[in-house]
Amino acid sequence: MITDLTQKLVIAGREFQSRLLLGTGKFSSNPAMAAALDASGTEIVTVALRRADLTGQADPYANILDFIDPKRYLILPNTSGAMNAEEAVRLARLAAAAGLPTWIKLEIHPDPRYLLPDPIETLKAAEILVKEGFTVFPYINADPILAKRLEEAGTATVMPLGSPIGSNRGIETRAQIEIIIEQATVPVIVDAGLGAPSQAAEALEMGADAVLVNTAIAIAPDPSRMARAFRKAVEAGREAFETGLAGRQSFASATSPLTAFLSSAN
Amino acid sequence: MFADLLPTLVLSPLLRRFAKLLEPKSDAELEAMAQQAHLATLAHFGKAMRLFAPIYLSNECINACKYCGFSRGNPILRVTLSVEETVREARYLVEEGFRNILLVAGEHPKFVSVDYMEQCIRALTPFVPAVAVEIAPMSVEAYRPMVNAGAEGIVVFQETYHQPSYKELHPAGPKKDFAWRLNTPERAYEAGFRRIGTGALYGLWHWREEALANAAHLEHLLKHCWKAQITTCFPRLRPAPGGFQPRYEFNDRDYVQLVCAVRLCFPEVGIVMSTREDIAFRDALVPLGITMMSAGSHTDPGGYTGQGKEALHQTVHGRRIAREEATPHDEAAGQFEISDPRTAAEVAAMLHSRGYEPVWKDWDRGILGNA
Repeated sequence: MITDLTQKLVIAGREFQSRLLLGTGKFSSNPAMAAALDASGTEIVTVALRRADLTGQADPYANILDFIDPKRYLILPNTSGAMNAEEAVRLARLAAAAGLPTWIKLEIHPDPRYLLPDPIETLKAAEILVKEGFTVFPYINADPILAKRLEEAGTATVMPLGSPIGSNRGIETRAQIEIIIEQATVPVIVDAGLGAPSQAAEALEMGADAVLVNTAIAIAPDPSRMARAFRKAVEAGREAFETGLAGRQSFASATSPLTAFLSSAN
Repeated sequence: MFADLLPTLVLSPLLRRFAKLLEPKSDAELEAMAQQAHLATLAHFGKAMRLFAPIYLSNECINACKYCGFSRGNPILRVTLSVEETVREARYLVEEGFRNILLVAGEHPKFVSVDYMEQCIRALTPFVPAVAVEIAPMSVEAYRPMVNAGAEGIVVFQETYHQPSYKELHPAGPKKDFAWRLNTPERAYEAGFRRIGTGALYGLWHWREEALANAAHLEHLLKHCWKAQITTCFPRLRPAPGGFQPRYEFNDRDYVQLVCAVRLCFPEVGIVMSTREDIAFRDALVPLGITMMSAGSHTDPGGYTGQGKEALHQTVHGRRIAREEATPHDEAAGQFEISDPRTAAEVAAMLHSRGYEPVWKDWDRGILGNA
């Protein structure tokens, strides 16, 4: 172990050691996915409900959940595929009825091209799901006001995107995410677009409480090894944040001091 | 609507880039395109391949398309499956693993009516997570009941985007109407379909021109049907009743170049590969940009379980004629010959061996709430 982290991640009253959440799409096989989860040290794993069997009939052709031990990981079902609040709420209820946790990753991206979240429908769905007792993790664009509105609606976290899902472009929304972190009263989890461990570390250094990574690990030539790399980066980023970065200086030491007169006046 | 734009198409920067990628390439250039296409596919779709199978509901048709096995003038054995027979075919496919079924039918308003399609869809959605249709172009009003019954996908091929060829190849029947067909994806979107497939049948016109129009159509659909998952496919003419021969070459190398060009310009568009192509070619294209494959397909109504045999009949120019000698081995004619006869399990095993996860279920009917 590299670190002895002092502050644990707490979401909706539940404590987590790991600040790395994993997605389960795009892997070359379910066993490869399971091995990567293990190597990552993650404790929260999100699964697309549309990929899972919700009929309770243990469909062997939709058995992704069989590869994720619910005793070891908190399964965070996600509503990917839903185009509006009504569909997302329906999926969440179906998941709960199928015995899945009532912690839900709310994803409403009607645009299959960039998978960008619909802010209006997300807020609507969050309000309904919170009232129904779900612990809601909303996937949003990096919009500070939307983040505050969701927080007021009672979501357990906010999950702003760094860049579009699968793009591996890193934190292109940095300035907005900084505002979200500064103002948040719930954990901020940077989700989507993190293509390299350094980008995950950057999110944690900025003060994000956690990150969610999927594509960069799933499509790596060795997903387990990449999962370990992300784990270390997340730990490093968090430790740096807690220690306090020196901060970049945008100015040099002035050659003609402007405040020297204060001491010379004595 | 795209039909209004196609005749005076101005190439956008994206389409200009696409046209460049379609120009003749050296082996090294093509390999470089393939490597990039592979990475772009991985980033967007991962190491996963979605699988589906078609059910041919009917090979009755009132059109006279010169290249199609179902053309009304072909003296073939025809049948339309009943709803119960369709359910039996679907149950067979579900046993095989399929959770995504495409219902295909010729154009025949009497046999393949809106009501019939709605009934078939309604009968399947309780046990098939994803149902799509590939049928004659219809109006928004005709599509709505199908969407309400639970169909989420639709496929309509333009066949050829070259209007003079289209006119000549479709001499009779409602399919003569080029613009009506071209605007079908937009009507389907308005009716609520959310997975929309389109493309051309390669071999009817110069492939580079066909592909450019195909790409322009994709670009248009991505803007105007922005909530739909757009897919395309590059079917090549296969031997079929009627004996039509391809008029223009579209060889394996051209096919690969086209897949790469589409992937590089449209990284988010799904590319479908059917069993028209042979085993070696299908397998080789898995990492290049294909995102969805059919497997174990039959293109004749009742082909999976022998449904509909009692109702088989022969037609010539749309008229039923007495069959000389009927035998229990008779089968309805297929639309074209299959080149990859492997079962679904064999295709899934091939995908695993190449480091790809076969994805059977990627949709839940619960999303639409018509479960």
